[in-house]
Amino acid sequence: MARFRTWVGIAVAGALGASLAGCSSTGGKRAEDAREAASAQGRAAVDTPRWTFAMITHSGDGDTFWDIVQNGAEQAAVKDNIKFLYSHDDEAQQQAQLVDAAVDKRVDGIIVTLAKPDAMKAALARATKAGIPVITVNSGSAESKAFGALTHIGQDETIAGEAVGEELNRRGRKKALCVLHEQGNVGHEQRCAGVAKTFDGTVRNLYVEGTDMSAVQASMGAKLQADRSVDAVVTLGAPYADTAVKARQDAGSEAEIDTFDLNAKVAASLRDGTLGFAVDQQPYLQGYEAVDLLWLHKYNADTLGGGRPVLTGPQIITKDRAAELEQYAERGTR
Amino acid sequence: MTATALTADERLLRTSPLRRLLGRPELGSVVGALAVFLFFALVADSFVRAAGLSTVLYAASTIGIMAVPVALLMIGGEFDLSAGVMVTSSALISSMFSYRMTANVWVGVCVSLLVTLAIGFFNGFMLTRTGLPSFIITLGTFLMLTGMNLGFTKLISGTVSTKTIADMEGFASARAVFASVLTIGGVDFKITILWWLGLVALASWILLRTRVGNWIFAVGGGKEAARAVGVPVDRTRIGLYMGVSFAAWIAGQHLLFSFDVVQSGEGVGKELTYIIAAVIGGCLITGGYGSAIGSAVGALIFGMTDKGIVFAEWNPDWFKFFLGAMLLLATLLNAWVRKRAEATK
Repeated sequence: MARFRTWVGIAVAGALGASLAGCSSTGGKRAEDAREAASAQGRAAVDTPRWTFAMITHSGDGDTFWDIVQNGAEQAAVKDNIKFLYSHDDEAQQQAQLVDAAVDKRVDGIIVTLAKPDAMKAALARATKAGIPVITVNSGSAESKAFGALTHIGQDETIAGEAVGEELNRRGRKKALCVLHEQGNVGHEQRCAGVAKTFDGTVRNLYVEGTDMSAVQASMGAKLQADRSVDAVVTLGAPYADTAVKARQDAGSEAEIDTFDLNAKVAASLRDGTLGFAVDQQPYLQGYEAVDLLWLHKYNADTLGGGRPVLTGPQIITKDRAAELEQYAERGTR
Repeated sequence: MTATALTADERLLRTSPLRRLLGRPELGSVVGALAVFLFFALVADSFVRAAGLSTVLYAASTIGIMAVPVALLMIGGEFDLSAGVMVTSSALISSMFSYRMTANVWVGVCVSLLVTLAIGFFNGFMLTRTGLPSFIITLGTFLMLTGMNLGFTKLISGTVSTKTIADMEGFASARAVFASVLTIGGVDFKITILWWLGLVALASWILLRTRVGNWIFAVGGGKEAARAVGVPVDRTRIGLYMGVSFAAWIAGQHLLFSFDVVQSGEGVGKELTYIIAAVIGGCLITGGYGSAIGSAVGALIFGMTDKGIVFAEWNPDWFKFFLGAMLLLATLLNAWVRKRAEATK
């Protein structure tokens, strides 16, 4: 026991010493705090009552994209004097139960994603029956209105895919690989179908295990080695673009890598030309607008979109705009 | 405790009701459930409202329906890692068979029952024939089912989810059986709660009042010893696996008829949830000990924590952390209660 204590003591002392002695003068938490202090401090800009809005998404644990959506929603919540609750589950049944829980809590507004629309139908019916306004975001533009939501904010996945196909044509590509990292995601299927629709060359779909990055890299590398004629790889999420770059190196391929969505790494890679282009759907805007529109509805009975979805994308981002967006991506809002 | 004559046979001793209660496997979990309930009742007022309780009960029932046969299987000393995806498989089979054959929905439901039972039989049969550990056998089944769920769905529907069958004959009556909502005193309760209680009652009766129950305990306590005294070990184990697949069929039909469309990729990871519920409820990983009521209490604790965190407006990022801590606490509590109960015998 005494020996154990000695070891723990040494370990703690070592960790403390290392953290004090080895300070970094660049980056890290300190730089981030300085940046945050420089930006505007969040204070409510209105004096409406403190309403509670709940957001329920189909995100898994620890997802970059949804983090940005949440940032947007939280920013709007601060400004509009809203108490904002966030919960998520990637199983349809669980997500429906979370909506039920929000209705039980009698929140003043619900924001929900309809990645698995049929599973959410009954839960949304309960919400509208209880008189709670609902806004759908990100996925489910086709069902939003029928389920009684005020409006839908997001990107039409098919249109986004078509935009990618056209951009690939403009760049003179002949054979594209569409990398799906979530087997079972209807939106992803629509994206690749959209690419195939407008792209003049051929599109091959490649399914990878998105939760295991090394497996993703191996699958892509193997595919690029096996098929030398592939000259464009389209990934469906920002973290996968970086992995695709590594896979391209492994395979010694010349293919251009393009991606859906944005993060700091993608913006940097766009700037230095490692990536061709990115298609952004502005997740920050999806969260921000959803909260803001609910507030407007409560405050002024406003709705936006005239019964049609409000589109936040697609927005094609290339080298020339990447530098500007990089700083926003770094603070987690693009 | 009372001193008894040491000359009498210990099996014939009269035990006081209190001591009998202390010896029940689910006692520790009941104490835990009360603690969890009181805790969330204090921190979240919407938790104890009728509507909130009905949501919690529903969450518990969707886990509990599967936790019952999984607990029985664990008492019999085995695991089933394919239980989670089997629920999804069962729902997919119903939906796609009805759709492809344009048959009455009930035909699909019956076909699904047969196929799901066959999967359970396959698990049990492979286990008894090969002598491989159930962990390996059902891991194989789990992976095969995961692949088949996606492969068949893509093959038949062209997408990753099934097509709607809500406009087909028999859908309304099947929905009434598997996914209706009962309104009691102005509060909506899902019918799965009834299915769950029914399964708990049935499993408790089998375990405590029938010969089969004794076989299950015997097989879990020691296979060879059980075989030596004439317990049909192989049949018991196959039966236990078929019990799991029967419950998977009920849970799967609920999934299908409450949502009408099934996502092929779901159910992965659920098998651990069922095992956790059974373990929190007092089942031993090593077999031979546990109860059906315990599994229900375990599912209830799981449901209360799951939804309680939401009602209490905590950050859901920490949910898994609490779950892990609770699993350890509950298991320690169970072990401690069991030790006390055995010490006072």
